[in-house]
Amino acid sequence: MTLRNRWRKGLSYVMLSLTGVCAVLAVSILFLILGCLVYNGWRSLDWNFFTKLPKSPGETGGGMANAIVGSFEIVLMATLIGLPIGFMAGVYLSEFGGKTFASLVRYMADLLNGVPSIVIGIFAWTLVVVPMHRFSGFAGGVALAIILIPITARSTEQFMTSVPQTLREGALALGASQWKTIATVVVPAAYRGIATGMILGVARIAGETAPLLFTSLNNEFWSNGLTQPTASLPYMIYTRALAPYEDWHRQAWAAGMVLLVAVLLANMAARLILSRGIAVQK
Amino acid sequence: MATSATLPARPAPGARGFFSRLTNGDEIARLITLAFAAAILLVAVTLVWQLWVHSSLARQKFGLGFLTSSAWDPVDDNFGALPFIYGTVITSAIALIIAVPLGVGAAIFLSELAPQRISSTFTFFIELLAAVPSVIYGLLAIFTLVPLMRDYVEPALKKSLGFLPIFSGAIFGVGYLTAGAILAIMTLPFIISISREALLEVPVEQREAALALGATRWESTWQAVVPWARLGIFGSIFLALARALGETMAVTMVIGNDPNIHASLFAPGYTIAAVIANEFSEATGDLYLSALVGLALVLFLLTIVINALARLLIIATTRRGSAHP
Repeated sequence: MTLRNRWRKGLSYVMLSLTGVCAVLAVSILFLILGCLVYNGWRSLDWNFFTKLPKSPGETGGGMANAIVGSFEIVLMATLIGLPIGFMAGVYLSEFGGKTFASLVRYMADLLNGVPSIVIGIFAWTLVVVPMHRFSGFAGGVALAIILIPITARSTEQFMTSVPQTLREGALALGASQWKTIATVVVPAAYRGIATGMILGVARIAGETAPLLFTSLNNEFWSNGLTQPTASLPYMIYTRALAPYEDWHRQAWAAGMVLLVAVLLANMAARLILSRGIAVQK
Repeated sequence: MATSATLPARPAPGARGFFSRLTNGDEIARLITLAFAAAILLVAVTLVWQLWVHSSLARQKFGLGFLTSSAWDPVDDNFGALPFIYGTVITSAIALIIAVPLGVGAAIFLSELAPQRISSTFTFFIELLAAVPSVIYGLLAIFTLVPLMRDYVEPALKKSLGFLPIFSGAIFGVGYLTAGAILAIMTLPFIISISREALLEVPVEQREAALALGATRWESTWQAVVPWARLGIFGSIFLALARALGETMAVTMVIGNDPNIHASLFAPGYTIAAVIANEFSEATGDLYLSALVGLALVLFLLTIVINALARLLIIATTRRGSAHP
């Protein structure tokens, strides 16, 4: 019996330590990623990266100024389309939604959230590239907006429903109409949560590559407006990493570091906003 | 996530009369937001419609045989989806085999053992891990994981388990196994954070009862806590599976791009998402494009089924969790 107990205690000890090992392994992956990118990226990063155009393959030097600006334009466009639509839909789901229609919309938003981004890319291609007969930064923006809309809608809804009902009742009791209640009481009470969801959504689409593959494509030069193929950082990383040129690999590391730092900073900022906010139930 | 308890009872839309609502703007606000909500519906329906229409050529020519044919010959206009479905399933399976034990183990540690501070710090890092863009995973995989697999992991596997057909054959570094490994790393955060939430939903009495009966800490965890949260854990696994099936960039960069079926896991292969990513923008010919959109349709259907299962399981645990406070 004591032997069996000893075995049980030993097993408990071993298995519990193993779970700790699993957790440490998982977290150390993040630090490996960061370390590897910073090590390789920092050596590759120079001022030219931010100010120069890419050089042709084989030549050293050059930068990705066009991709940085292109990424910014595409993401900005996606944000301008996606955030308002997502926000308004979220307000509907939380404040006006009935039973059947709202749950249908909710279901569809979740479905869209689960669609692989490459499929969204094809969808945007059929919507924009096929009728326009050319790849364009605009198509890339549309693709990213389609990803952003359901994310924003669901997070806005989530944070607005967690605003206590008593706040709404208070405003209504003072004679405010429903939309005034929403605009002046509910949204301000939930704005930190809503903003967090929006920042996380934008950070997510900023790193997306697959939807851009056959929408905005790539461009080695400055694109002449958003109706032209437009360079973007994620796409540049993809092409540079796969190319057989030493200097292009260097550029890929630099671009990877810039992109990762931007995405992680946005994530941390979003979480900071939320943690400083009022106690909104998650 | 017990939002059901806080869901307020809203005033019925018609409560104050349509016209008074119209004059004070409520009805207008409702209709405007309704239009945006309907836009989501419209996007989802159009997505399915466009995939259906743009794959019509391939569907008419190949029918259901598209799913079982392993031909992929753009010159001859002969297309089949089987090698890609095979690659997608195999890489996702490898990913789950690696990520599930690691992820569930880490989730158990974070919910059962770790002090609050460590648990929340680790969870923060793991959620950051989920935010890393997939092209960055691909970049790292090309320059660190591929050499590691080629020079150390795969030769070691071949030496020890080489009698199995899945661990034999030439070693390239790129291939099913490497793609599966990077997918494992990418799906790990989802498994950990959702399993952790499911485990935290387990009432403390469940643990106390097991311990009071003389169970060791591990026995209590494994026999009383984990079974209680099993639906949520399965949900997290299905969610991870859906991510792995649809993951594009990282896989495309390390899968090796070979549209043939190989028994060996060391061999280069192809997944649905990877072949679309590589060939779509350069595909010439309507049938070729249509076949690629057909592949996208297959991928879409696969992921929505898996996602729906995941959601059902997660909802089931949350409901049951809140029913037993």
